[in-house]
Amino acid sequence: MSTQVPATKAPLEAMQRQEPRRSRSRAGRRWAKLPVHLLIALLLVVELYPLLWLVLGSFKTQQEFLNDPVWSLPGSLNFDNYIEAWTTGNIAVFVANSLMATLPSLALIIILGVAAGFALEVMVWKGRNGVLLIFLTGIMVPGQMILLPLFSAYFNTGLTGTLWPLIITYTATGLPLTVFMMATYFRAVPREVFEASTLDGASIIRSFISVGFPMVRNAVFTVALVQFFFIWNDLLIALTFANNSDLSTIQVGLLNFTGQFGAVQYGPLFAAICINVFGTLAIYLFLNQRVMKGLAAGSVKG
Amino acid sequence: MQSVLGDKKALAILLGPALLVYTLVMLVPIIWSMGYTFFSGNAISGFTFVGTDNLTRLFTDPEVRTALSFTIRYAVVITVGQILMGYLLSLMYVFILKKSSNVIRTLVFFPVVLPTVAVALLFQKMFEIAPQNGLVNSLLNGVGVESVDWFGSASSAFWVIVLMDIWRSMGFYAVLLYAGLVDIPEDMLESARLDGATGWRLIKNIVLPLSLPVLLSSIIFSINGTLKVFDSIVALTNGGPGSSTTPLTLYMFRTSFTFGDYGYGSSIALLLTLLCLIVTIFIFRSSRRDLTKD
Repeated sequence: MSTQVPATKAPLEAMQRQEPRRSRSRAGRRWAKLPVHLLIALLLVVELYPLLWLVLGSFKTQQEFLNDPVWSLPGSLNFDNYIEAWTTGNIAVFVANSLMATLPSLALIIILGVAAGFALEVMVWKGRNGVLLIFLTGIMVPGQMILLPLFSAYFNTGLTGTLWPLIITYTATGLPLTVFMMATYFRAVPREVFEASTLDGASIIRSFISVGFPMVRNAVFTVALVQFFFIWNDLLIALTFANNSDLSTIQVGLLNFTGQFGAVQYGPLFAAICINVFGTLAIYLFLNQRVMKGLAAGSVKG
Repeated sequence: MQSVLGDKKALAILLGPALLVYTLVMLVPIIWSMGYTFFSGNAISGFTFVGTDNLTRLFTDPEVRTALSFTIRYAVVITVGQILMGYLLSLMYVFILKKSSNVIRTLVFFPVVLPTVAVALLFQKMFEIAPQNGLVNSLLNGVGVESVDWFGSASSAFWVIVLMDIWRSMGFYAVLLYAGLVDIPEDMLESARLDGATGWRLIKNIVLPLSLPVLLSSIIFSINGTLKVFDSIVALTNGGPGSSTTPLTLYMFRTSFTFGDYGYGSSIALLLTLLCLIVTIFIFRSSRRDLTKD
């Protein structure tokens, strides 16, 4: 400190000037922090208590629901409610349907969307901005605008009664955002990379498969996560094309669950909601930073 | 080089499939749906041509007026609510929690990824009155207030929806706006502080103007999303009591699938699409003008 050159004297003086004021208010500062701590505590209670209440409820018996106060703890950790929801409540079937609709759609979205994003961003051709704009409008158009013609088309081609309408519709509605996001990610890859691989004699398709795709691998995974959440949580399309109990996805199934016996059978309903939440919770637990980044990047979807 | 990067055959292989699926399953149906507006009937019973009856009915139907007014009211209230809450949270992350905000940010974001149906059923049980008091009414009873039938009146049902959707989405907008706030150069804030700007004045004069672009794009995303609200309302109130919380999306769905009128359903969908389009263009225009003025 004693060897300070004159140039840094001014900040030093400023520090010294502040010093007495700081020490005087040290105890006061702890009190000043109190509202902040209270605020954060309140925020956490508001965000997390409903979820905690849900999980506790899933272990309660019907007697506990009817006789104990709502904030009481369950008497024991029994999984009867889960077993009842999983088997009698058909949640097992709904989860299987959701998986069978979601995974093929995701695979198709990624294969088609990444290739299209590459073609629109890396390749050089007339009219690519126009095509990108056409894809972009798809993000804005509400699902209601395509439901009825698709319903007629699936009905006339005999696809109604299978999971195909869901897979096809999810793939198409997922493409605009995927193409848009992938084009953005490809923009960040230096042009020279593709020029070099072209000079080495690779065709453009070869460049895409062995250079382009591996370079955006991380981005592809992020986009897949984002699309997974959109498809898994979708209600509108599932309600339109899979509204019978054999085909119901988890969201439609859960919605009808309340109608069936959820209004009086609290325990199984809470357990069913929990099962629905656990899937996304598990993913979020391990990949939260990536999920947050991905969803923020996909926010154009609103 | 250019011939390789512009190879027509490769272009067809890479772009073709996506463009084909997108055209067949989205673009063609959009045009087809506009065609439906001139017909009545449905896929199972067949169609009859009715001219512009459906479109003129849009202007006289009192249900459309209720649904439209609900949709706009919902979009405005939720947009203001989630952007305001999100902005306050992001200010808290940046200026109060600083480097240690990561855990809180992650926790508050969590409800965003939860299935809407699950959240809505949870809120239904929390605000329940019959057959049994839920969490909220029990708390009210605890402080000596009578139970409220939250889903029994239009206005209280509306506020439960608002509460739920802001609870669900504020963490998302907080992260979005946070990204804009951390981009503000630290030395700019520092020099403002040296000039004596602190607290509210620092935010009003320095932070708010600098985060205006990200605020505006958040508003566009929010309005665009809230005009299309469907899941949370179907699962929470199912449009009730009566049809007081029915947005255009749900009214379209009912008209088409409960009453089997595809023509009128398509007309309502068209109205909704135009609404989204107009709002997006309007906000884009006004935000551009503001940016060029600066």
